[in-house]
Amino acid sequence: MSSPAPRHREKAQVLDETALDRALTRIAHEILERNGGAKDLAFVGLRTRGVSLAHRLAAKIAHIDGTTLPVGTLDITLYRDDLGMRGTPVIRGTDIPFSIKDKTVILVDDVLFTGRTIRAALDAIIDLGRPTAIQLACLIDRGHRELPIRPDYIGKNLPTSRRESVAVRLREHDGEDRVVIEEPEEA
Amino acid sequence: MGWTRKDLLSMRELDASEITLLVDTAASLQEIASRDIKKVPALRGKTVVNLFYEASTRTRTSFEIAGKWLSADVINFSASGSSTSKGESFIDTAKNIAAMSPDVVVVRHSSAGAADLLARELPCSIVNAGDGAHEHPTQALLDLLTIREKKGHFEGLHVAIVGDIAHSRVARSDIHGMRKLGMTVTVAGPPTLIPPYVQELGAKVSYRLEDAIGDVDVIMMLRLQQERMRSGLIPSTREYAHYWGLTLDKLARHARPDVLIMHPGPVNRGIELSPEVADGPYSVILDQVSRGVAVRMGVLLLLAGRRSGEAA
Repeated sequence: MSSPAPRHREKAQVLDETALDRALTRIAHEILERNGGAKDLAFVGLRTRGVSLAHRLAAKIAHIDGTTLPVGTLDITLYRDDLGMRGTPVIRGTDIPFSIKDKTVILVDDVLFTGRTIRAALDAIIDLGRPTAIQLACLIDRGHRELPIRPDYIGKNLPTSRRESVAVRLREHDGEDRVVIEEPEEA
Repeated sequence: MGWTRKDLLSMRELDASEITLLVDTAASLQEIASRDIKKVPALRGKTVVNLFYEASTRTRTSFEIAGKWLSADVINFSASGSSTSKGESFIDTAKNIAAMSPDVVVVRHSSAGAADLLARELPCSIVNAGDGAHEHPTQALLDLLTIREKKGHFEGLHVAIVGDIAHSRVARSDIHGMRKLGMTVTVAGPPTLIPPYVQELGAKVSYRLEDAIGDVDVIMMLRLQQERMRSGLIPSTREYAHYWGLTLDKLARHARPDVLIMHPGPVNRGIELSPEVADGPYSVILDQVSRGVAVRMGVLLLLAGRRSGEAA
């Protein structure tokens, strides 16, 4: 079995509940501004927390614009480039119950780091159909990109060191809305 | 709970959490069958060899499709037309195939223990696709997935397995899997086709079809293999069909209205199942086949996706 994950302790709070909500409100407005409205937009959230963020953005756009946009769920496990390096692959399933053909897909993830997850997500989406465009929304951009990938909408730019980790805690999963930086305990 | 085994050889060796992991993984992969582009890159660059020493349509095709949908390279070997007909032994053939560095070898053989032998001798992962009258774990897994999709859960369900239990690897794998997940199993058939050890596996025994199907959630009908008649275990096919064949009339009189009818295939229509039952509203026989592909994708993915260098 895999070795136990190193314990992390909280180093700093980056966003509280209000700031997180404001960031999402701003992203929702930016999405509408950039695309000239909500026509032919669709959200695809990356499991797990990207899905919750996608639902929240869709709710905000419904509030602002009155348009209800579809929200799909993407599991990119089958597209990862590190199968066999991370232990048992856990497949939780993709569920996109609408056609993405001729749609502008807004891909939503919580933290953008190396860009490898997004690379896999782009392949996964394109296997499902041919969208007009794919745009990327991330709550946190923590840098350290290993691939030429750039987000279209960013909640907060957050310079980090590689040994730190960024934890996005959401009400739906963690009982609170908060973003914190953590570092390994033994340090 | 992770997957740590190098091989999938039997349901007997698995614990409930491993079985649940396999069923959950397969359930999540079912969605791929409904896509326009039925291919994901998970096993790109991996090689799967189907090593089949017995006739098979469903299982071999199912493993081949599963491997291809995951982007593995799938090579089919069948004993006829191979070096086996020139007298090469099973283990020599297998070692030669292993020398070409496949990642997974799927084996079907008429001898019990064939898959275990390869698992010990070869460095690659081995999947047992049926070994004699011993086990057929992927069939049991697809039966379990079908039952859960239709009934929503396992715990507390009651299954009747009817027919030639003694020679059935499907029955053995099913009994092991179902018992571990908290289901009750009753086996039923003529006394000559019920093996003496079946109670040790935790199954109840019935010698009358009408009693066995009375209060069950699932009826699993097994194929009557014609060679059993020649060996004198049953008097005649007609007599077997009369006492053990499942008809709409028997279902209506004895079974529950929400019962599922399953069969591992191939079906002998008019012997163990009347055509009206095989094609009827209770039947989920073709659902089983569809789910078989998802199950085999799950098995290949978990075996080939083990952490590199992880001990068996």
